[in-house]
Amino acid sequence: MQLVLEKRAERSNTIALVSPLIAIGLTIVTMTILFAILGKNPLLALQAYFIAPLTDGYSLQEIAVKATPLVMIAIGLSLCYLANAWNIGAEGQFLIGAVAGSWIAVKTQGTDAGAWVLPAMLVLAAAAGALYALIPAICKVKFGASEILTSLMLVYVADLLLDYLVRGPWRDPNGFNFPTTAEFDPVATVPLLIEGGRLHLGSIIALLVVAAAAILLGRTIKGFEIRVVGASPRAARFGGFNANQLVILTFAVSGALAGLAGIIEVAGPVGHLQPGISPGYGFTAIIVAFLGRLNPIGILIAGLFLALTFIGGEQAQIAMKIPLDVTKVFQGILLFYVLACDSLILYRFKLVFPNRQVARGAG
Amino acid sequence: MELVEAIILSVLAASTPLLIAATGELVTERSGVLNLGVEGMMIVGAACGFGGAWLSGSIFIGAVFGIIAGVLMSLVFALMALGLAVNQVATGLALTIFGIGLSGLIGAGFVGERLTPAAHLYIPGLTDIPLIGRVLFGEDAFVYFSIALIIGVWWFLYRTRAGLILRACGDNHVSAHALGYPVLRIRTLAVMFGGACAGLAGAYLPLAYTPFFIPGMTAGRGWIALALVVFASWRPGRLVVGAYLFGAVTILQLHAQGWGVGIPSQFMSALPYLATVIVLVLLSRARTGGSTAPAALGTVFVPDR
Repeated sequence: MQLVLEKRAERSNTIALVSPLIAIGLTIVTMTILFAILGKNPLLALQAYFIAPLTDGYSLQEIAVKATPLVMIAIGLSLCYLANAWNIGAEGQFLIGAVAGSWIAVKTQGTDAGAWVLPAMLVLAAAAGALYALIPAICKVKFGASEILTSLMLVYVADLLLDYLVRGPWRDPNGFNFPTTAEFDPVATVPLLIEGGRLHLGSIIALLVVAAAAILLGRTIKGFEIRVVGASPRAARFGGFNANQLVILTFAVSGALAGLAGIIEVAGPVGHLQPGISPGYGFTAIIVAFLGRLNPIGILIAGLFLALTFIGGEQAQIAMKIPLDVTKVFQGILLFYVLACDSLILYRFKLVFPNRQVARGAG
Repeated sequence: MELVEAIILSVLAASTPLLIAATGELVTERSGVLNLGVEGMMIVGAACGFGGAWLSGSIFIGAVFGIIAGVLMSLVFALMALGLAVNQVATGLALTIFGIGLSGLIGAGFVGERLTPAAHLYIPGLTDIPLIGRVLFGEDAFVYFSIALIIGVWWFLYRTRAGLILRACGDNHVSAHALGYPVLRIRTLAVMFGGACAGLAGAYLPLAYTPFFIPGMTAGRGWIALALVVFASWRPGRLVVGAYLFGAVTILQLHAQGWGVGIPSQFMSALPYLATVIVLVLLSRARTGGSTAPAALGTVFVPDR
């Protein structure tokens, strides 16, 4: 018996819509088995993971807070992936944005700097993220170096730079020797949307980014170019579209968005710069981008879902002592299933029984 | 003199996991498959390798556990990328994300435990020779195995018929298929070999390099191994040179501290990653005339029947 792929005459649009749901269903089944192996009651675990976070206002806000960086980064990544440019280093661009924006916060700390501080931080973070992303993009366009490897290597470099700054020059002198900057001044902090809550202005910015991306992809020539270059490089060449230029552009945009997400995270929920500001947002955003089918609205929904798994993972750890790494396993399995189900859009799976085939061939 | 010896020894130790993992990936890529999941396979190999050795008390069994873990991980990749014709880049990334989580889950119970690292060879007389004695005759078994492995792979790829067929699959899967070779089966075997090597390379870290397990201990070595294959232009000989060069860069940071170089440790730690970027740029630039990569590398193949 053998599994054989048969190419569909045309891509199945029904499956394109249903496949993320199938993937989520299969992931939950797999997780149930995993919970049982870990010796936890699967039903209670699933409840802690997926239902409990949706039942109180604090967790719901927390989901929106976690979804904010995921959605912003994933929107940028989806532009890259649509144009067939493989930016894997969003985590590094996120960290560099956080570092660059924090520079202003640290330098103006305790001064009577005015309301310009936060906007300047956001602009600088986006610029730094874009410049950092341009390194692999230019290396690819000018020298043909694999953007996958170079963008990824720069994640480690950004991580070490942040580590150096908060342990060295930027360390809070009153921080009991912890590697962290002092808490940012109020003018350097992202304002909250609900008094006393967790929801902050960043979530609005993320929604604006989703809307902008939807307009760019659906209504502009540039968006059309991005999709053509990705889907059919040959057709794009005949159309006179410059693929290299699009690599530069999509990398810069996705770096800017990742950098912006970085400073919003630091100046918002975290409040100061320290190592470990990202539980792998840059990598999880890759899953968000694919689960959302590289579509802005899809990415918004996928971002909220992945944020749910972060919050659910924390709750399951507190309530049932389920290790936090289960969340990463979950996210990895989800990506596998999403990709596998995507295969159904282009192919039909068929089971072939070799002996029967031979018999038919002989007859 | 002793310092030189110490440096050479530590360079060899730091290079060995890179060499083993990169050798496996070289074979995988020569068959036409780009498996970006090396880091994920390595890190699961590290957790399972430590677990196996910790539970059994045997370094050898630990290494076997690491290999098995790597192969199982690579089979997931093969099912996805070869069986279901899923994009190889995305599948490799999924394998790494999954592997990092899985490794943390498996290794959670072992954090803080120590074990006796793999023994070093000692031949009376030979190992006592100053300078070269310990370098040539005083290594752990992994170091000798890594050298045997790369020689074996060279011989296989260039001196056997099976190696020729494997390279043919990597260069032109349509022709190889037309000639009647089972492209997908050959690629699956190559991916499994890559997984075994990555698992062993991961296991080397807690079994010989540092005698304990910490989450994330591969620290991007899997990705550096991938870059090494590019550095080596997919040739085994250049892979050895590359692996030892990178091992040397890794060690530089450790010794720079000892020499009192006034550079923050984080900048030294960033060296291997920066070196990877620079090397990739220089090599890709030198190769603008034509790529030496296997022609079918990373492309999906669905046989028509």
